[in-house]
Amino acid sequence: MHNTSFPNLGVGIGLRVPHYRHILEKKPVCDWFEIISENFMVDGGRPLAVLDQILEQYRVVQHGVSMYFGNADPINREHLKKLKRLVKRTNTPWLSDHLCWGSVNGRYSHDLLPIPYTMSVAKHTAQKIRQAQDFLEVPICVENVSSYAEFKQNEMTEWEFLSEVVERADCGILLDVNNIYVSSQNHDFDPFDYLRAVPHHRVGQIHIAGHRRYDDIILDTHDHPVPDPEWALYAEAIQHCGHVSTLLEWDDRIPSFDEVHNEALKANQFIHDHDLVPA
Amino acid sequence: MTSCPPKLHSLADLRELQRSMATALMSPLTRDDALRASFKDSAQALIQPRAKLDSFDRLEIYARQYWFRLLDCLYDDYPGLRALLGERRFHQLSRAYLAAHPSESWTMRNLGRHLEAFIREQPKLTGTKQRIAIDVARFEWAQVLAFDEAALKPLNIDKLLGSDPATFTLKLQPHVSLLALDHAIDDWFIAVRNTEHVSRSETSNARIESRALTKTKRVPLPKLQKLWLVVHRSGTDIYFKRLDREAWLLLHSLSEGKTLLTAIESALADATFDRDWSAQVREWFQSWAALGWFTH
Repeated sequence: MHNTSFPNLGVGIGLRVPHYRHILEKKPVCDWFEIISENFMVDGGRPLAVLDQILEQYRVVQHGVSMYFGNADPINREHLKKLKRLVKRTNTPWLSDHLCWGSVNGRYSHDLLPIPYTMSVAKHTAQKIRQAQDFLEVPICVENVSSYAEFKQNEMTEWEFLSEVVERADCGILLDVNNIYVSSQNHDFDPFDYLRAVPHHRVGQIHIAGHRRYDDIILDTHDHPVPDPEWALYAEAIQHCGHVSTLLEWDDRIPSFDEVHNEALKANQFIHDHDLVPA
Repeated sequence: MTSCPPKLHSLADLRELQRSMATALMSPLTRDDALRASFKDSAQALIQPRAKLDSFDRLEIYARQYWFRLLDCLYDDYPGLRALLGERRFHQLSRAYLAAHPSESWTMRNLGRHLEAFIREQPKLTGTKQRIAIDVARFEWAQVLAFDEAALKPLNIDKLLGSDPATFTLKLQPHVSLLALDHAIDDWFIAVRNTEHVSRSETSNARIESRALTKTKRVPLPKLQKLWLVVHRSGTDIYFKRLDREAWLLLHSLSEGKTLLTAIESALADATFDRDWSAQVREWFQSWAALGWFTH
């Protein structure tokens, strides 16, 4: 799989409840929206009614939070069936979920927990991504998560693990530069090392977001504008990956649609600068 | 305390590591929202310490996120129970409930599924308000179902005409819930809801601060009153509709798979003779069919 499998949709934002009315009434120009799949994996009611109206006007890409490719437990077939029904509804060009685990023995954390980075776990995780991709019949991008802990059982770096998984699964990467930055600060590594090491031809989408800094830790809160160090990472990512669909996530203390959208559109400056650099 | 393999050689080792971490995360926090000290060994076996934070502190971040996220979900889904019990007591109930019933679904929408039963089993947690709390928990869970359960193809009322009532059965839409309550929860809930604002974060995996307990505006307790209620969806909006006892019993029997004839007979078994029940039943069915409550 090459990033030509993932068309460049431009710069989008995450579709969030506080913006529904504005979007449906004003129909603002926006390249694309990312939806949280789970919010629409329901059998009826307002979520699907809103989604159908959005789909009439906009390109939508699905982003999931509960496939848990890193779970020791096998993939949940009933979950996949529901997801596939949504894929057919949205006609999403690809779908993404996180490189994480989140449940064990049928109990769910509803969190994006880091995976132990070992070769055997990489093989197991890649196999599950392949299963999901085969079943869903749509390309999958896996997203690097932000983390606050690293396992003692790790045998490789996170970027080595990510690379191993996506090569084995033959899938794409949703490169979250905010998560790279957050984890680099929490685990004392150079985020540019991470950026340079991942297989750039597999990057199908980029996430940007804000975070919150505490004394001892940075948390992935998605409740601020994108800070400058992260824009620098984004610029570097564009240099390596070229034009890739870019998406701003803003999930808490959500400002107006225009404020969120304008923050996302700052990405265009970096894309423009990239175009000015001679090949 | 769970053990954690120092090296991962197999899927069983991975499962053991994940079980060990999940046990720590899902164990109740201390009164100060801290991870229990008994998990120090687990943390050291699992998590790499670094200069800024040690293994325990790092595991604690995830434990706090787990609890605050799930508590937030109950907080948002049960504004009525919260108003009834007060913030502090609702918080205690929520913690005890989540300790007894960790999430068993990929969606947090199902988190409150066992709350009514839990309130019945643990009367101390709601004290003198237990009976009302049971009604409110049932009412709020019915709203969860009404919000996004399926609306299947509705049954055309003409299907009823010419059918044999001794064999004819029908089903209620999945979004329709029938509630027999002992309190006037519907009016009370509307008063409570007018004081509420709901929001929830979506893909951020961070939730490190506990929600501050706030003083909510006091709404007088619901009146003691037998209520025959339907919670349902029309279009995309949720509605509550009071029914006559006989109407509710009729729908309830149908929802249990009884034939039309049996349902009508059992619903009207104790009915008085001062009404034209034949006309009344016909009117009910026309109204319910117009609301799209019936399906095959």
